[in-house]
Amino acid sequence: MKAQSAEGPPDDPWSRMMRASIGGDEGAYRRLLEDIGRSVRAMARNAFARARGGDADIEDAVQETLLAIHLKRHTWDSGQPLAPWVYAVARHKIIDALRRRGRRRAEPIEDFEAFLAAPEAEDPHALSDARKLLMTLNPRQRDIVTSISLDGQSIAATAKRLEMSEVAVRVALHRALKALGAAWRRSVT
Amino acid sequence: MKTSEFIAALAADPVPEPVRLGRRVAAAIALGLVVSLTIFALLTEPRPDIAEAARTPRFLLKFVDAFAFALPSLLLTLRLARPDARADAIALWLIAPFVLLGAGVIVELTVVPQDEWLIRLIGDNSMHCMGMIPTLAAPILAGLIIALRPGAPLHPALTGAMAGAASAGIAALIYAPSCADDSPLFVATWYPLATLICIGVGALAGRRFLSW
Repeated sequence: MKAQSAEGPPDDPWSRMMRASIGGDEGAYRRLLEDIGRSVRAMARNAFARARGGDADIEDAVQETLLAIHLKRHTWDSGQPLAPWVYAVARHKIIDALRRRGRRRAEPIEDFEAFLAAPEAEDPHALSDARKLLMTLNPRQRDIVTSISLDGQSIAATAKRLEMSEVAVRVALHRALKALGAAWRRSVT
Repeated sequence: MKTSEFIAALAADPVPEPVRLGRRVAAAIALGLVVSLTIFALLTEPRPDIAEAARTPRFLLKFVDAFAFALPSLLLTLRLARPDARADAIALWLIAPFVLLGAGVIVELTVVPQDEWLIRLIGDNSMHCMGMIPTLAAPILAGLIIALRPGAPLHPALTGAMAGAASAGIAALIYAPSCADDSPLFVATWYPLATLICIGVGALAGRRFLSW
């Protein structure tokens, strides 16, 4: 572990991409998160297959993990390779997700007929954890997160529409993501 | 929400300043020490015979042992605050203070007549020791917990407990010069009890403040 830092910073692709991201390269960060997302999805799929989980739950676990990685990325020691750090966070969050799912399943379904008759939601992601947890944010925060994620708007466009400065939008977005992380955690404990 | 949409929100979030947990912990200890030493100066004073005592092996053992406990506890706390770090060799170093104190106890039992064992074990300052070590440890523990908040411990309660142990070890270093009971029988009884209080408080604080 110490030998790594003596040889200079780790040179694997993820570590390089994360260093670029911390240096302000938004594109590199997006590619890194997509890449990490694929790995985490495979991990979650394995873990959920063993526990017989559903597909929507897997995507929730992936998103919760990505958010945790995002909110903790500034504490990653750049002298160490990123992958072990990512995998440790992912395992931790997937276990959380499995625990939560176990509790959900234990809730009795009282109106079973109605449950069966309920039409499938049009958007398979409509009931995702991220969507539900968005409701815990204040309206302004929710608007900003929705605008940038679901509507695919840029920070600049969002700022213009809401008549806010771009800095203010970014600050609000950051607070919103932190609040989302906290809400996700509360839904476990 | 699709994961690619979710990632768009994450990527738009501004880049935070990197956080160095080691530096935060060092700063926390420095600040905690200032507060603890102030409390110590206000509540107690060094024992009058400190110059003579400082040359006796029993007195020295208290410091060496407290140091041997505090240092690995602190390093282990830092390790536990990172998800990718392994505890490995550092955890083994935690055995050292117990071996050292155990050896001290055995020597004490051989050189001191049996009818004095209990007197030495109970000593004169047990309640003072039990009160002072957690009191002096509190500012350091609080500082450590605040310093570790940005960390990502996989076991928050254990991390907090280790921070409690480290704070107790440092508090013992501060407290030892004022305590007139030097017998390893006393030290091996009361110091660990006081440390257990700090570990318990640390575990609760860790679960409450270090979960993420």
